[in-house]
Amino acid sequence: MTNHPTIQLPNHPTTQRLLEVKNLHKYFPIRKGFFRKTIGNVRAVDDVSFFVNEGETLGLVGESGCGKTTTARCILRALTPTSGEMLFRPKAGQTVDLAKLSRQGLRPLRPQMQMIFQDPYGSLNPRMTLFDIVGEPLLVNGMKNRKERTERVAEILRLVGLRPEYMQRYPHAFSGGQRQRIGIARALALHPRLVVADEPVSALDVSVQAQILNLLLELQKRLHLTYLFVAHNLSVVKHISDRVAVMYVGKIVETATTQALFNSPKHPYTAALLAAVPVPDPRVRTGNVELKGEVPSPANPPSGCYFHPRCGYAVDICRVQAPVFREIVPSHFVSCHRADELKLQGIA
Amino acid sequence: MNSQTTPLLSVRNLKTHFFMDEGVVKAVDGVTFDVHPGQIFGIVGESGCGKSVTMKAVLRIVEPPGKIVNGEILLRRAKGNGSNGEVIDLATLAANGKRMRSIRGGEIALIPQEPMAAFSPVHTVGDQIIEAIMLHQTVSQRAARKIALQMFKDVGIPIPDQRLDEYAWQLSGGLRQRAIIAMALSCNPRLLIADEPTTAVDVTTQAQVLRLLRRLQEDRNAAIIFITHDLGVIAQMASYVMVMYLGLVMEEGPVDEIFHAPQHPYTQALLRSIPSVNSAPRVNLPTISGSIPHPFNKPRGCPFHPRCEKLIAGKCDARTPALQTVAEKQLVSCFLYHDVEVAS
Repeated sequence: MTNHPTIQLPNHPTTQRLLEVKNLHKYFPIRKGFFRKTIGNVRAVDDVSFFVNEGETLGLVGESGCGKTTTARCILRALTPTSGEMLFRPKAGQTVDLAKLSRQGLRPLRPQMQMIFQDPYGSLNPRMTLFDIVGEPLLVNGMKNRKERTERVAEILRLVGLRPEYMQRYPHAFSGGQRQRIGIARALALHPRLVVADEPVSALDVSVQAQILNLLLELQKRLHLTYLFVAHNLSVVKHISDRVAVMYVGKIVETATTQALFNSPKHPYTAALLAAVPVPDPRVRTGNVELKGEVPSPANPPSGCYFHPRCGYAVDICRVQAPVFREIVPSHFVSCHRADELKLQGIA
Repeated sequence: MNSQTTPLLSVRNLKTHFFMDEGVVKAVDGVTFDVHPGQIFGIVGESGCGKSVTMKAVLRIVEPPGKIVNGEILLRRAKGNGSNGEVIDLATLAANGKRMRSIRGGEIALIPQEPMAAFSPVHTVGDQIIEAIMLHQTVSQRAARKIALQMFKDVGIPIPDQRLDEYAWQLSGGLRQRAIIAMALSCNPRLLIADEPTTAVDVTTQAQVLRLLRRLQEDRNAAIIFITHDLGVIAQMASYVMVMYLGLVMEEGPVDEIFHAPQHPYTQALLRSIPSVNSAPRVNLPTISGSIPHPFNKPRGCPFHPRCEKLIAGKCDARTPALQTVAEKQLVSCFLYHDVEVAS
């Protein structure tokens, strides 16, 4: 464990992949009856593939129940995936498949992957002081010397914009935004390389959201962090991401650079999502493109393309055959039979 | 919008305080506004600004230790049904008295934020709506069911007669929100209060619900008080907007003026700090420094002064500005524009 934050300038070759997820599946069995017989599966994550380059932010968007949180939890191995590969390139050594590692094998990798949670109230233990909260990961990973730990905690607190004098206080003394800073400090204590942020600003007030987004961007530059940013708010995702992946009923339907995805979406679902966002300008009327129906249940998804019952462009093939996830223009992936012919409206 | 018409609801200097063991929380501290027939009146603000408590006070459902300590809530009643368009002050009625109960749910209806908590899990949604209809209208159970069925059709619930006999937990989020809207509309309210009606649902469902509310408002010409923290939603829905902060009105005016010519430093800062799908990615957003103070330590003077960039020392931190007309249609409570303070 080093004592100094690894402040590195972004002179890294940014094309290096830190994480590559291939054909990830996570099924939750539905059991019934006295013998708990499995009668079906909830396909929470259903054949998901994507990659995250070192130093970039990949935004993962989708509506509730689409499997974005389950994907994030699988990567951190808070859940064990049903099948698939999750190739992670550690700081030193060979690329490993996180899906195949045992609990023991994961331990040395855990410090390199950390998580920021949504709820700044539920994610901090009210009986622990700031020093305990931020210092615990250090203690667990072998920093036994209390003085050393105090110094490191103070350093991290300064990094996230909190005063080190607050170290002996309890979480209840802080506002929502400050608590989220504590959560970020805890995630950064061990110099992680991959930070999974699951809806880190959606529980915060509008005037505080901007502070946390700025902090995340600044920390990324200073510490050369890689973010997997899970959120449902498209404005927030656009603001923070280099690339965006859109999920729908357990599948990724489109991945592209932020600009490409927002300017020229290739999947009808992405276009519908973009059209549904209420723009804070009364002179621009949004929400005119209405998506009929509701998100189907991942326990009983429709045939063919999962989006076809709600899609205004669906043709016969969409009802019977699932589209292939393919690269339609360089680094723009989409799974739609009609992606080549459709002219979809984005946001200029 | 139609400021010539007589207002349906006039709230005058409303104060709702919560008397806790630790002290008094002045959740709403002198709020005045008018809602006109057919208007969508938006109240926007962050947590603790008093937007929901204002709504609860109008419905007289503020729970103890909360109390309306001052002010008038004047409702102009409809002609017919035994009333002749008289104005009554809801603040003087007994909260659980007969008159208030006939108004609540009848003339003023509520669309709550959490549709799951709003429905009882042990009665079917149909029974709950029929109960509400029979409370406010003298109709038979069969006729009430017919009304409920028609409401379900109006809000676009598929297979409505089957859905009436289901329980709230059997419905999806979007359907539940539609069922709640159907229940709120079932007694033909003249004023509908929507308290964060889309906060708990997804964007595509949100777009559906907003469209539905807009259509219903046009068809029935009901007034809607639309409460939200989402500036995007307010821009798309409201015709007139009131911005609240820590129990006070900071600014109010027509929606176009609020978004294109905001006057109060708080409104200006709030609009600058939100990431938009139209803004450039990965640049630092202008922020509002600090955070919303705890209601027990409400600052002296203007509640926004500790976070304000245009603070006038010695003035903003000592005296509270009153809400005054500054532009043609805009009202602002800020000493940058006038020198009128709140009478203590």
